[in-house]
Amino acid sequence: MAVKTLTIDDKPVSAREDQTILEAAREAGIGIPTLCQLSGVANLGACRLCLVEVAGVPKLLPACVTLVQEGMQVFTNTERLREYRKMIVELLFAERNHVCAVCVANGHCELQNLAIAVGMDHVRYSYRFPKLEVDTTHEKFGIDHNRCVLCARCVRVCDEIEGAHTWDIAGRGAKSHIISDMNVPWGSATSCTSCGKCVQACPTGAIFKLGATVAEQIKDRTRLDFIVTAREKKQWVG
Amino acid sequence: MDLSDLQEIAQKENAAAKPMRIRCCTAAGCLSQDGQALKKALDEAVAAEGLSDKVEVVGVGCMGLCSQGPLVQIDPDGPLYEKVTPADAPSIIASLKGEKCKARVGDPTIPFFSKQVPIVLENSGRINPERIESYIAVGGYQPLCHVVREMQPLEVCDLITNSGLRGRGGAGYPTGLKWATVAKTDAERKFVVCNADEGDPGAFMDRSVLESDPHRVLEGMAIAAYAVGASQGYVYVRGEYPLAISRLKTAIAQARRLGILGTGVFETRFDFRVDIRIGAGAFVCGEETALMRSIEGQRGTPRPRPPFPAARGLWGYPTVINNVETLANVPAIVRNGAEWFASIGTEKSKGTKVFALAGKITNTGLIEVPMGTPLKTIVEEMGGGVPDGGKVKAVQTGGPSGGCIPAERFDTPVDYESLAQLGSIMGSGGMIVMDEKDNMVDVARFFMEFCMDESCGKCVPCRAGTVQIYEILTKIREGRGKPEDLEVLRELCDMVKQTSLCGLGQSAPNPVLSTLRYYRHEYDAFITAKSGKAEAEANA
Repeated sequence: MAVKTLTIDDKPVSAREDQTILEAAREAGIGIPTLCQLSGVANLGACRLCLVEVAGVPKLLPACVTLVQEGMQVFTNTERLREYRKMIVELLFAERNHVCAVCVANGHCELQNLAIAVGMDHVRYSYRFPKLEVDTTHEKFGIDHNRCVLCARCVRVCDEIEGAHTWDIAGRGAKSHIISDMNVPWGSATSCTSCGKCVQACPTGAIFKLGATVAEQIKDRTRLDFIVTAREKKQWVG
Repeated sequence: MDLSDLQEIAQKENAAAKPMRIRCCTAAGCLSQDGQALKKALDEAVAAEGLSDKVEVVGVGCMGLCSQGPLVQIDPDGPLYEKVTPADAPSIIASLKGEKCKARVGDPTIPFFSKQVPIVLENSGRINPERIESYIAVGGYQPLCHVVREMQPLEVCDLITNSGLRGRGGAGYPTGLKWATVAKTDAERKFVVCNADEGDPGAFMDRSVLESDPHRVLEGMAIAAYAVGASQGYVYVRGEYPLAISRLKTAIAQARRLGILGTGVFETRFDFRVDIRIGAGAFVCGEETALMRSIEGQRGTPRPRPPFPAARGLWGYPTVINNVETLANVPAIVRNGAEWFASIGTEKSKGTKVFALAGKITNTGLIEVPMGTPLKTIVEEMGGGVPDGGKVKAVQTGGPSGGCIPAERFDTPVDYESLAQLGSIMGSGGMIVMDEKDNMVDVARFFMEFCMDESCGKCVPCRAGTVQIYEILTKIREGRGKPEDLEVLRELCDMVKQTSLCGLGQSAPNPVLSTLRYYRHEYDAFITAKSGKAEAEANA
């Protein structure tokens, strides 16, 4: 496998040719904010938080799906990108009902962490306050659509790792929502194996364990990585 | 099936033609005005007058001037009748015997007709779209026969490259280059897709081409398939076009029966099968990566490009995706040569473009003009301006992805680059004309509502950003806007444009940005006026 050399934020970096800008940046200790990205499942390029500037390319490129190229000059933290990222996080907060104080994920929520990371101190857009369901029909877990950011991580882990494909997305635009099976309550979704991977994958408090305290809701994403490594590389190491 | 067979079919078809032909439009526009009953009435009147051996009534495709439909043309050299009703039929037939006709006579010399240069529409309104013989009689399928029997695939790509043909779906990517990319990629399978998911409000060019001359599109697809080495094609057509779908189905079956499609096209080793896939009403499925997902049976959402479809398309195989109009140009380029095509149009935009004129315009309908024709010629001369003496204020090109061009800029030639400079795009060819009564904040809000509803919801800027832009526009429109809202609006538009995943989101802010650029005062008027006053002004 050929290795490419490039610069990320003026730092020389080398990466295998099948690596993305995001992977190369992380290896080099350069953090790029992400939300829909989850190691072990396919990249969507949907949240647009990992957009970076590349010299000579007029468009912004999503770091999670853009492969490295020889001589590429990547900029991950320009003023323009910082402003866009902040706006994206604000849009997410305005879109549904993200009230940290009463959320089971408070203190260990990726959306909350992002808001802090991008320096969001208030939301400039009007809150939409949609009336959305909370589905607690499943015996172990619940899904609160008010806290969903539509990152589709649950859809991907369920399909790609568990192989059940219980989750999918219905509707479009602002009316998009996560559904289980053919739009039945989660408790009636016969394809669900109750494995709980979606609970671990969910970046916010949208998918949660029933009857667990806030401290018990801390998600362990390494479990997903462990399964993928075990399956693909036959290495059962945590 | 070879060239001599084609010529024989053409001869037979021409020999069977009766001395007089009455062409009656049976495309969707005229059918909605009782065109089917009119055709039947004309048939009956011919029989009643005992003229069946001399006169035939032919159902043809679109003749262009939809606002005056249904249209009936008497051949050879007879008059053109407008707004014909079934009750006019006996009188029209009687006039063939020299009696005076009561139906309204149209003027075929008006600029609407005389300034057109038909290439894509050359057969529209002339041939019967439901008979392959009718297409063969005007030389149809001879270019395909020539290509598969006499040319090498890369020669075909070169021919299209040299012609300067660019994608007519709106982005204007060089078609020959796209084909050559796929042709030069090694893969066990390749595909050709015809994008007929025409979704822009006010656009009906592709529908008309499919309804009026479906074989032309199939021929273009087959030539593309030969050039790139594909053996399977799909036409992705929106479900809202039932007549186009049914005519395409008929056309595919006819071409297969004659050995023009299917296994061994024109008795060569080239196979090409075409299937239809019907869209289920999502605008975003006109975006090529979403369209491919939809053909694969998945939820129609776009994915980041690269990889482009030419590298990774349907089911991961290299795929050529071209718009209906692009493919419809191909047979003419093969027949007349690249130089001929390149001699039409401007330096960078070759050939012609079909536009659908709609909105506040006298002559609603379809026109085909050389690239570089000034907007003034299109809107004022050919379109006849605003009905009842109103004044044209602006024209929206490119639908919800395009922008408003004010009347003061109407000397701009219509080509890809000039329109982009004005903050609009060529788009697929919809042109919506607005007059002085139209408020630009309303126009921007209408298109933003469309994009908001049609956003697939995959990426955050488009899903949540369009909602906020629409909200601000509504606030301004209702007189609740504050001066600082315009700044937030502009920032949001810039962000949605720069960060959205696909073309839908990236171009969604264009109507707002272009109206802000040229009609800022209309936004200000709503903001500075008290809400009651703004309402009164808007309703006036």
